[in-house]
Amino acid sequence: MSIRDLSDPEYFDEVAEANAEERSMDGLRPTYGTVDPLSGLMDPAESVSSRPEHHRLLKYLRREILPTTFCTGCGGGTVLNTFTNAIDEMRIDPKEMVCVTGIGCSSWIPSPYFLCDTLHTTHGRAIAFACGVKVMKPDMKVIIIAGDGDLAGIGGNHLIHAARRNIDITVFLVNNFIYGMTGGQVSPTTPFGIRTTTTPYANVEHPMRIADLVAAAGGSYVARWTTFHAFQLMESMQYAIRKKGFSFIEVMSQCPVSFGKSAGMKDPVSNLKYLRDNSIHVDGTKGMSEEELEGKFVVGRLVERNQ
Amino acid sequence: MNIIEAIGGRELFTQGDVACAYGALLGGCTFFAGYPITPATEVAEAMSRLLPKIRGVTVQMEDEIASISAVIGASWAGRRAMTATSGPGFSLMMEGIGYACMTETPCVIVNVQRSGPSTGQPTEPAQGDMMQARWGSHGDNELIVLAPNSVQECVDLTRLAFELADRFRNPVFVMTDGEVGHMREKIVLPAAEEIDIRPRPAPSTPPGEFVPFKAVKGKVPEMASFGTGYHTYVTGLTHKESGLPTTDNAEEHTGLIRRICEKITDATDELTRVEMDQDDGATVGIVSYGISSRSAAGAVRLLRAEGMKVSHLRLVTVYPFPERVIRDFAAPLSRVLVPELNLGQICHTVREALDGAAAVEKVSKIGGEIITPDEIVEAVLSSGEPVKV
Repeated sequence: MSIRDLSDPEYFDEVAEANAEERSMDGLRPTYGTVDPLSGLMDPAESVSSRPEHHRLLKYLRREILPTTFCTGCGGGTVLNTFTNAIDEMRIDPKEMVCVTGIGCSSWIPSPYFLCDTLHTTHGRAIAFACGVKVMKPDMKVIIIAGDGDLAGIGGNHLIHAARRNIDITVFLVNNFIYGMTGGQVSPTTPFGIRTTTTPYANVEHPMRIADLVAAAGGSYVARWTTFHAFQLMESMQYAIRKKGFSFIEVMSQCPVSFGKSAGMKDPVSNLKYLRDNSIHVDGTKGMSEEELEGKFVVGRLVERNQ
Repeated sequence: MNIIEAIGGRELFTQGDVACAYGALLGGCTFFAGYPITPATEVAEAMSRLLPKIRGVTVQMEDEIASISAVIGASWAGRRAMTATSGPGFSLMMEGIGYACMTETPCVIVNVQRSGPSTGQPTEPAQGDMMQARWGSHGDNELIVLAPNSVQECVDLTRLAFELADRFRNPVFVMTDGEVGHMREKIVLPAAEEIDIRPRPAPSTPPGEFVPFKAVKGKVPEMASFGTGYHTYVTGLTHKESGLPTTDNAEEHTGLIRRICEKITDATDELTRVEMDQDDGATVGIVSYGISSRSAAGAVRLLRAEGMKVSHLRLVTVYPFPERVIRDFAAPLSRVLVPELNLGQICHTVREALDGAAAVEKVSKIGGEIITPDEIVEAVLSSGEPVKV
């Protein structure tokens, strides 16, 4: 997509018209609490353990706050599912875990839903809080799940320095390309040319390849997966949690509501197809030029070091 | 190694910044996170030297935001934790301090005040952050603010700050300044056997029954540190007693915020520490704090030597503001002077407390030098005209 001369008034009118048209077609709304996927399990008077049909992973969740606030089709649910499965398979006792999160939709993935000691912190500072926890509780698994705006935007400095220090924490950055909770503003990872509420005439900046930045800053394990690759992601999560030192996974995720609105992909399936079709495994990138990789998500293990 | 061995003796000649570090150790501090900033850097240097000797940890973070964040994280990990900074770093910490108030996280912040605003005069003392200490973070909150005026008090009040932080589950500020921080005086530390550091008590009820943000003693809840099996959920969002967020309920928000404020204000009398030097028959008095209180004490001596009657009240605890004590002190007075190294901050709080019962005059000085006793004498003798010094 090319950016037309921003001094061209006709261009502004065209964009404004297109926006108005799109808004009038906007039928997809977040369904906070209107659909209860765990219907029947929410009654506190009813003992969950007496119901054999309850989900085997429900014991890892704070049942009293379910259902989640995620919109229909959000990738957050996939990440929570993948993460909970990873913990279950690894047989980690949640008593030995601390989840630290920031502000934004992605931070809500473990906080408050995952049942362990949880520090839901200020915007962007989850990693800094986690450093304090890990230093004083070195035997606990300290896991951060937060979004692109949180960890790559406002908290980018903490991410870089935690990687440099190689502190033994695990970071899952859920990159949905947008500030979702505030309603769809441009983020450091929004693709070039996308219109958002704060780039109504298109994003003139190029996105940050945050996993590559972390790989350059240090750390012991850096990988990138998408919510389309749920099983690979789960294995990678287990590897990252086991790995001594700073480990980081960028999880490309879908936001059909806020990003989908901007990118013209309002149904979850087309979002997942977008993630699938633009992913390329790192092993298959040999010999590819920068231009060929433009707009692609290089998935797989990007860096592993033993420091 | 015990704390006195780590420090290297009980009688020392040192500077205020280093004394804050000694006080922290005596207060049970085992975690320090900070970022270099004049004139507070020596606190971080001393903590870096001392903490490893007692199995503690010092981390130099990437900025002051990270420092206060790491301190809060360490506090939830069950440790007593501190950071130290000066004006610009203090400004950066404000969001984290509000988070600590909201989540009721005990922590200690030493602010070695320098001349501002902005970068200002980094090496020069000031008392310009007093209002920020009280009102710097957004929303309603209460803070405990102590103001030492000597190197010995840097030890004693920093030590006390840890006790108060744990007892009230709140951030506590030790507001020194570039002068107190860098001046050297003799200090005497307690004997090793007199140091009694008790770990934070575990909740009195087991996991499952424990309600993490329900007040049990007065208005302060018990604290279930991470790793103790309580699955505590901590958030800066308005939360229920269970800790889980509730962001659209006026009653729950009001109850929470009133409780975290009242747990401090209800204890004002208990928290108040002042030095009162009243002169029978005096109609003029001075209310002072921090480094300016030493100048004020000097001025009182000079005035009394000239046969004038003058009273002096020094605030050791600046917040929660000891309104009742100020009113009692000022009852026989017609004029109260407030010397400060700023253009007038605590004088406003004094004026509000007295509500017209006595005329409140500021004795302001900025620029990097402390107020001299002579300047306060001149202000007292100037019959109420504002004095610029």
